[in-house]
Order: sequence, then structure tokens, then C-alpha cells
Amino acid sequence: MLHKLTIPISEEAVTALHVGDQVHLSGVVVTARDAAHKLMIEKFIRTPQVAELPDLYAQLSQLLAGGAIYHCGPVVSQDDHGRWRFVAAGPTTSIREEPYEADVIEHFGLRAVIGKGGMGPRTLQACQDHRAVYLHAIGGAASLIANSVKEVVDVYQKDELGVPEAFWVIRTEDFPAVVTMDSHGNSLHAGVKERSTAKLATLLALNSG
Amino acid sequence: MKQPDLTDQFLELIRLTATDLRSDIEDALNIARDQEEEGSAAQGALDTILENIRMARQDSTPICQDTGTPIFYIYYPTGWSTLKLRDQIREATATATAQAYLRPNAVDSFTGRNTGDNLGDDFPSLHFHEWEEPHLKVDLMLKGGGCENVGAQYKLPNVALHASRDLEGVRRAVLDAVNEAQGLGCAPGVIGVAVGGDRGASYIRSKEQFFRPLDDQHQVPELAKLEERLTQEANQLGIGPMGFGGKTTVLGVKVDTLHRLPASYFVTASYMCWADRRRTMTYRDGEVTFE
Repeated sequence: MLHKLTIPISEEAVTALHVGDQVHLSGVVVTARDAAHKLMIEKFIRTPQVAELPDLYAQLSQLLAGGAIYHCGPVVSQDDHGRWRFVAAGPTTSIREEPYEADVIEHFGLRAVIGKGGMGPRTLQACQDHRAVYLHAIGGAASLIANSVKEVVDVYQKDELGVPEAFWVIRTEDFPAVVTMDSHGNSLHAGVKERSTAKLATLLALNSG
Repeated sequence: MKQPDLTDQFLELIRLTATDLRSDIEDALNIARDQEEEGSAAQGALDTILENIRMARQDSTPICQDTGTPIFYIYYPTGWSTLKLRDQIREATATATAQAYLRPNAVDSFTGRNTGDNLGDDFPSLHFHEWEEPHLKVDLMLKGGGCENVGAQYKLPNVALHASRDLEGVRRAVLDAVNEAQGLGCAPGVIGVAVGGDRGASYIRSKEQFFRPLDDQHQVPELAKLEERLTQEANQLGIGPMGFGGKTTVLGVKVDTLHRLPASYFVTASYMCWADRRRTMTYRDGEVTFE
């Protein structure tokens, strides 16, 4: 079933989503990956030093309440007027943010985390406790996804963290993804791994023949 | 001899590799698409992947935003200067980055700074081999980070896997590696396996398998048979495209062996995502061709 989601996302819209549902997401999304998550945790959440980056904190607080983080390090280009454009923008592997994401969801009131490969039990629990979902974008489908990014609204920490790791604020239209972790405690990834591991045990029990 | 300046041709090699997937992979993805259940998440993923491949080719934009580590293998005739080739390839790499065919991917591990132009210590990765042919051949692979992270190296014997120092042990290690990777390497991918070597040589040889065409079989019949069996068995795991569950988990498995120390028996499984970007450039009699 295809759901149209618009940011800010309501609690009702999130709880209506279940594992396997397809989603088209529209609205202003913020990219954040490894260095950005480390920064959010160290500067804003665990031992707040918000005064160091007050603008960024204020922006994130506003954008992420009911909003979405996208695990992505894009290829970008800049035109003669200094405007940025996303050229290629598929998801990066999300599990690296597992130590951080639950706290980010809770602190900022996130409703959606977009990435690839799924996340672990802490994030799944946070999705349940705080009504959020994990949206799986198609890894590598970078040109296609870049076409759903209609505008680069802003960028933070580009010089400090580099292009792939910066916070890019982007306006998306019908960004395609699949719900693989929902707010009801279900994870597609946990089920697939359980079944494949059982099959592996069968294959390894056989003689080589 | 006068050595030509091939900087522009190297730039084209990079552009082509980043934006235009080779047909053997695209054909295999099309077959995989038709085998998945109608309307399944797995089929949806493959539809998106195939549309993306067409779009990237048409728009000349990167297939995947992670343009990875550029890994060049340069086979040059006697008398060529590898310093000049290195400088030309590095210049082409920086230009390709400025033109948004490559993402800036070289990060200083000490300072955390991204160099911004894909030039760094051993970045791009260059492997020079002098050969007896009269022409120059350059293979390029763009190896993404997601699939690089799920590569694995086993030291046999391995008690937990009941893996001994034989081809059955290799089989067990490789299937375990595929299961551990789940969809994280951007399945369906290609698995490159090396048996033997020291740890470093084993990883390098495992990645060199990705230059083999998908339908290439190892010339040693026992290894060709193992490649075929591993492909079938990996697909029985049901991990599927993107790890959504499904029939195609790998597009192929390629195995090779190299000499080892009596004390060591390494099995290295490298993972190449479905965006298996590799191309070859040949310079012969003043003409450049790409395949």
C-alpha cells in the first residue's frame, strides 16, 4: 500500500504505517550521517554545548520536530549563482548510527529516519516509544532519488565536516521508500536474518557431496 | 619514446565507470527482477534499481552517490613512465570530482578533513604492472564503502563453522559471510573470494575477481564448480534485493587461489554491490577504446 507522507508528520500518520508499506515523502528533510550524528550527540544531547553552534541547534530543533533525517552523503554541484543541486543522493548504511539514533529521535522528536540496511533494537524501541518509523530507500538508486530532491534549502557544517558528512537541508517531493521498521515494534530486517540464518544452518549441515 | 597525455581519456574512463553500468550486470538484474514475486518489495527494489541505471546513463550522473575508492590497474608497455601516468590519473580524478562525476571521498584519518578532490595518501588506489604487450590497458573499479564494510576474512580452520583447510571449508566461510552481510552490501551483489596469501594479498586478490565478466568461469574445473554452487546456495538464503527478502541475493561468486604460508589459510570474501562499476580503457596505436 502506498502512503503519501508530508513533513511535519503527525503521530497518526506514523502509526498508520506498517512494515512493507511503500511511502512517498514530501517536505524538508535534513541529511545527517556519521560525523553529523556524533556532533549532535556530543554538542547537543549528552553534554549540551549548544552555545557553540546556536544557529544549527535552532534550525535542527525546528526542522526535526515531526521531521525526517536522511542518512546520505550526496554528490552535489554548484551553479554560477552559488546555488547547490543534488546530483546523486542515495542512502548510506544506517546501522553505523545505531549508537546515536535513539537519542536523536527522542531529543528532536523525529518521526522518520531514512537510510538503508535497517537499524538495531535500540532504534526499533525508540520508534515504538516515540512514534517514529524507519524508511528504507533503495541503496545505490542515487540518480533517481536525486530527482525527488527539488531544492537545496541550506547547508550546515560543510567546510568542517566535508560535503558527504554535512547537514544538507533539502526539499523533497515524493521521495520513494519502504517502511522496514514501524512504530509497532516490527522489523523486516530481524525476520529476514532469522530465516536466512536458519537456512544457513541447514546448508552447513549437509555434506559437501 | 614520446608518451601521450591521456588525462582527458582517463577523465572519460572515470565518467563512464561512474555513470554507465556494464551490460552483464544490468542483464542479470533484469533476469532477477522477473524472477521475484509480482508486487513484492524485492521486485519494487529491482524496478527502482533498473530505472536508476537507465536514468544515470541518460543524464550522465553517478549511478550511486558513493563513488567509492577509485581503484586503477594500469598495464603498461616497457618504457612508459609510471610517474607521468600517475600524475595524469590523479589530475583526471580531481577534475572528475569537480565535475560531480565523483563525490569527494578522501578523508584524512588523523584530522578528519575531506581533501575535497579525491586526492590523498594512496587515494586513488593505483596498481602498476609492466607487461610485454605493446598497448596500454587501464582497468578501473569504483568500490563503494557500504559493500566494502561487509567484506570479511576468515582464518581456517574455524571451529564455529566446522571449516577445515579445504574447499568445503571455503564454502562454509563464504556462505557465512553472505549471511552476515544481509542486505547491507546493497544486494544483489557479486562476491569475490580469494583463498590463501597473506591477509593483505588475499583482500587484493578477492577484489580483483570483480574485473571478471559475470559469465566467466574459473579455468580450474573444481573452482568453477564451487563458484556455481556458492551462487546457488547464497541465493537459497532468501536475503534478497536490499535485504527485503527474495530470490536473488547474489549475481555471482568468483573464486581464486594464491599461494600461502604453511601456517596460514585465509579465505577472504569481498562484496561488490549491485552498482558493480568497472570499465576498461585501451590505448593502442594512438587510438583509445573503452569497454
